[in-house]
Amino acid sequence: MSGLKYLLFPGCVIPYRLSSYEISARKVLAKLGVEIVEMPDFNCCGYPMDVINHDLMLTLAARNLCIAEKVGLPIMTLCNGCFCSLNETNKILKEDKTTREKINGYLKEIGMEFRGTTEVKHLIYVLSEDVGFDKIKSAIKKPLTGLRVAQHSGCHVLRPRKYVGRDDPENPTTLKELIKLTGAECLEYMDESECCGNPIIGVNESIPFQMAKEKLEHVRAVGAQALITVCPFCHIMFDLNQPRIERTFNEKFNLPVLHYPQLLGLAMGFSPDELAINELRVKPTELLNLIR
Amino acid sequence: MEERGVEACEYTPPVIKADELDPKFKYKISKIHGAEKIMACFQCGTCTADCPIARFSDFYRPRRIARMVQLGLKDRLISDKALWLCSSCFTCVDHCPQGVEIASIVRILRNMAVAEKNVLPLVYKELATNLMKTGFVYEIPESRLQKRVEQGLPPLPKPNVDEVKKIFEVTGSMSLLEKVQTIAKVEDK
Repeated sequence: MSGLKYLLFPGCVIPYRLSSYEISARKVLAKLGVEIVEMPDFNCCGYPMDVINHDLMLTLAARNLCIAEKVGLPIMTLCNGCFCSLNETNKILKEDKTTREKINGYLKEIGMEFRGTTEVKHLIYVLSEDVGFDKIKSAIKKPLTGLRVAQHSGCHVLRPRKYVGRDDPENPTTLKELIKLTGAECLEYMDESECCGNPIIGVNESIPFQMAKEKLEHVRAVGAQALITVCPFCHIMFDLNQPRIERTFNEKFNLPVLHYPQLLGLAMGFSPDELAINELRVKPTELLNLIR
Repeated sequence: MEERGVEACEYTPPVIKADELDPKFKYKISKIHGAEKIMACFQCGTCTADCPIARFSDFYRPRRIARMVQLGLKDRLISDKALWLCSSCFTCVDHCPQGVEIASIVRILRNMAVAEKNVLPLVYKELATNLMKTGFVYEIPESRLQKRVEQGLPPLPKPNVDEVKKIFEVTGSMSLLEKVQTIAKVEDK
């Protein structure tokens, strides 16, 4: 259990728009004895560039992997997108010699070389596989008994199966188990593993809004008091965009969307302020009254 | 949705002329990482049935894309704006009974559209421009960086932008981006 140490890869969108996720993650990880080392000199994970040029994505991701190899620590991501590109690139370059040689040819131009000595993990796998359920359970000071929530793991922490290969994308249990540790009930709802729609919002708003609206309807239908996410893009879709979705469809959801470490943090006894809960667009006022 | 269903029934597909077909295209694309299994697609339609985008769009159809690749309708494929509607959720990849990685094929076709048709949705051009300038896909304002420190977060490192730019250069991406014509939005039709 001792000696858990990771390079934290915050990515672009979390520092840009969702510090609340990073703040709450750092708080709970520190309390759980996980040591965070700041990732030096990192750049965008490469994910958004895959549409332009696959080699560009691989090389941008590989630059980050080379930095981690040099430090000699595994990478922990908070974002599903960063996990997708860094983990996939790490696996492709480790397994496929031809691609590795090609990408190393590009990396040579900046004096780097991919060796294949690091690992990439998303926050939920650090918590479930490395910290472990027992340790998390023993850190719960204020069980959230009576609270009913739903989870949205998001796509890239589960798919594609051939690169992630940790949880079952058709019936994911990791985040559900992590939620249950807090004492809250994790409700099942229709189409849990449907995508949030955010990846294409820059090219078309109408489809993602319909997707997110349907998700919010399904979550509301089972009576969940909050939706729990582990990806900044999913979070933006359901929290920041919720008022716009409500206006577009003339609906009222008023469904708080918490980052998982915020939920865990509340159960560990942190105050809402310490977990930057005040930064959420949809204020979880009732939820906070309920657990007070 | 009902109305559009009726329209779809009355829709007459345009004629495909034999000289539009490139019979070698499927062989060429299957040599690219991610498209190896394209010939195994037997048009069962699982990809389209399970696609979260296709649920709300009659315009984006992954099964049709797979068939068009097999037929060698490359020019139509990489001119088709529907390509940009895939959300890369990889549901089609995980569900395909034949192991065809449709989402990866869409990525390859997008890369071809950029390289050969010089088209790119504006949003990606903006993200790429920010990335070359700052190392991140957003230009994070100074006030935001200051707020991080006030909130007790460590300062963000300043990535070596010269190295990031060099990566754009050596992968040929910089010249691709100089040539592209951007498209603002993609309508669902």
